[in-house]
Amino acid sequence: MIGSTPNAVRKPGTGRRTNHGRGLLIFGTAAATVVAPLLLPMTAYYLNLLMQASTYAVAVLGLTIVLGYAGQINLAQAAFFGLGAYSVAIGTVSLQLPFWPALFAGIVIASVAGLILGLTSLRLSGHYLAMVTISFQQILTLVLTNWVSVTRGPDGIPGIARPVVFGFSFADSGRYLAFCVGVLWIVGICVGRLKHTKLGRAMQAVRDNELAAGVVGIDTYRTKVIAFTLCALLGGLGGGLFAGGFTYISPDQFSFAESVVFLTMALLGGVRSPGGAAIGTALLILLPEWLRFLKTTYLAVYGGAVILIMVFMPEGIWGFLERLRKLLWHPVMPPVDQAEPLPLATLVAPKDDSTILDVNQLSKHFGGLKAIDEVEFSVGHNTVHALVGPNGSGKTTLLNVLSGIYRPTKGRLMFEGQPITRLLPHERTGRGICRTFQNIRLFASMSVLENTVIGAERPGNEVAVDPSGPEQRALAALKFVGLAELRDQAVHSLSYGHQRLAEIARALAGSPKLLLLDEPGAGLNTVEKEELVQLLKRLKGHGLTILIIDHDMSLVEQVADRITVLNFGRRIADGPPGEVLRNPEVITAYLGNATTYVAP
Amino acid sequence: MRMGIALQLVFTGLGIGSIYALIALGFVLIYRATNVVNFAQGDFAMLGAFSMVVLCIGFQLPYWLAILITLAAMLVFGVLFNFAVYYPLRNRGFQPVIISTIGASILLENGVLAAYGPQPQTLPALLPFQGLSIGPVFLDSQYLLILAVTVVMVTLQYLFFEHTLLGKKMQATSQDKEMASLLGIPVARMTMLTFVYSSALGGLAGILVAPILFVSVGMGSSIALKAFAASIVGGFGNATGAIVGGLALGVVETFGAAYISVPYKDAFAFILLILFLLFRPQGLFGEKVAEKA
Repeated sequence: MIGSTPNAVRKPGTGRRTNHGRGLLIFGTAAATVVAPLLLPMTAYYLNLLMQASTYAVAVLGLTIVLGYAGQINLAQAAFFGLGAYSVAIGTVSLQLPFWPALFAGIVIASVAGLILGLTSLRLSGHYLAMVTISFQQILTLVLTNWVSVTRGPDGIPGIARPVVFGFSFADSGRYLAFCVGVLWIVGICVGRLKHTKLGRAMQAVRDNELAAGVVGIDTYRTKVIAFTLCALLGGLGGGLFAGGFTYISPDQFSFAESVVFLTMALLGGVRSPGGAAIGTALLILLPEWLRFLKTTYLAVYGGAVILIMVFMPEGIWGFLERLRKLLWHPVMPPVDQAEPLPLATLVAPKDDSTILDVNQLSKHFGGLKAIDEVEFSVGHNTVHALVGPNGSGKTTLLNVLSGIYRPTKGRLMFEGQPITRLLPHERTGRGICRTFQNIRLFASMSVLENTVIGAERPGNEVAVDPSGPEQRALAALKFVGLAELRDQAVHSLSYGHQRLAEIARALAGSPKLLLLDEPGAGLNTVEKEELVQLLKRLKGHGLTILIIDHDMSLVEQVADRITVLNFGRRIADGPPGEVLRNPEVITAYLGNATTYVAP
Repeated sequence: MRMGIALQLVFTGLGIGSIYALIALGFVLIYRATNVVNFAQGDFAMLGAFSMVVLCIGFQLPYWLAILITLAAMLVFGVLFNFAVYYPLRNRGFQPVIISTIGASILLENGVLAAYGPQPQTLPALLPFQGLSIGPVFLDSQYLLILAVTVVMVTLQYLFFEHTLLGKKMQATSQDKEMASLLGIPVARMTMLTFVYSSALGGLAGILVAPILFVSVGMGSSIALKAFAASIVGGFGNATGAIVGGLALGVVETFGAAYISVPYKDAFAFILLILFLLFRPQGLFGEKVAEKA
């Protein structure tokens, strides 16, 4: 079966034999389905149905990438399919080109169209892409129908050629079907593989939490554009093959209704794995044949099905089967492997007491509200610097400005002597600034290890250059925080305290030069808090530079070398803990009244 | 004479544009209450128009009664829509909800198609008189009615949201659900009210547009696409923007069809949309809002 790779990331040193077996199984099945159309006698009717199913499935696999992996809605897959189909039709019929260059042109045209659409609309939130794709779909339908001199208008184009390879002709329908099924397998396996590559993980991170994805170092815009372009490419490929298969095409085959059919196929089968694409496509092509009595209402039934799938089976048939499989066969957890973890602080070369981060006259205003007002402080190399202040004092806003989520209204940020004020979140992470969030932002549908691997894959992480580097690094970070045993669990199933630790591990895996911790103690019970303090002390022992935000003074006191206090967006104190905690202005800000303060 | 034609086109454009504006307002309301775009918004108008055809032509009811029944039916439909399409998915992020509303749109259009067939229906004008001429410009009564109703609805909506407690509660819900809920505002009910109101607003647009356009199953989605383009042009999530964007789009489209190309009439809105996305994605009145980290 295509892409039946489990969700969990491959464990180092284990399961090699089973992977081998699965590879053989996939190859065997693929070979059998490719050979079948050559040997089995089939009626023209069934050949046509299977031809439609296999070429549609290629296009649906595009949706697996863009919707399933990257979480972006494409309602124009039929338009990309149409671009591929019309390129092959116009190429082979009007221009008398052979099949291959025409197919190649179709793939290129569809990809370029996808790239341009993606570049224009993916900077904005998901709604825009959905609507822009519908617009594109409508414009293309108008062009196909009205540009008669090129597309022959509503009459369509007959007589499309099929390919010839070194004198071997695919004109016979059985051979052509075998060819399409072969292409489908190759595409399906590639799409399945993509899920477990760096790019695939980046897409899923964008889908699960776009803001966090940017902050862990993923160029979210680029990732979405790549996903969308790949989707358009597969649409073009599927459409080109479709045109060859049916030898006649017309505009109504590539209308908005067909885009909806593609979407329903992807959702019904299960949008997050290529197997789902195959199941969904096969079902929706065969179902109308079986349910002939629905002929006039089948689209209405599809519409209802889409709502029902979203409500009751959001992971589709494939996802449902996967879950069933996991219920019946509990995966055996291999013991934590004994490999020596990498030293955590490889990048933290002990330095003199120079500063790593300089915050200069920094302001962030929201309308009239001065959330941060001309704040200044510096963080020294290899120190733990705490930023404290009562609720609403601007701490988290400041952190968001530091990690690039907000643009400052005024002021400058220098990191290792370089200005970073204008850098995007992932670019700052590339420089070595990693962070956690007060309201935990993990990639909820992925495993603990995958989350941490994404952290290790940040640009500029020098320990993660060789192929197994990120995974080793991630395991080391998980061991450090004590989550190695839980690495294959989905993060959403972890307890709150463990989720906090997983976020810290994700940041640590990126070998941060500066670690930003946003209220790591928030919501933890006393025991968990004590464990957190121990963890912070260990990090400090490794010489990691940390900027920690919290309003729990007892926590801060135990770990901080230096404290900066904010109140109403302004800095009211800065210095070593003992000095700052005796500062009367700080005491007033915290307790309102100096006389009630009992010195520690 | 040239000037006369141009003025005539402006008037027609504003009339069509105010339909886009009404649908765009519905988009904006639901978007602000739920953070999702309701892809079935245009089908609310389609349902309203079909209801008018059925009641006036099928059952021979007088217009006023048909309008009342249609609006009442749309209110009920809004409740149904809320519970079937939005409510079960409310905690699952925007993507499942969007897909669910797309599903609803397909279901509605093809359900009506199965019931009434693809033949477009027509509805006689709502007003007994044709219209009036001012110089070279002929003001069609139906377009005048649409413009008037749009102005009234916009005013009422403004008064409702800015000057009544319920309106303010709905605004609070749309701005920060969690906070609204902490302050004792029944968020689920406010969201339902938003759907109910948007449904009625869509139905009203359908009633108004039914005599001008052919009443067909596809009419809703084509209006909705342009209304969405209008709300982006105006600035997404902004009520003023939705109105100005809708009117502007109507005028652009009418001029495009008159001077450039009739078959590509429907493409102008989308081209304008793509231009705005490229050069001014926040629209005419919008502002960029950062997600809270």
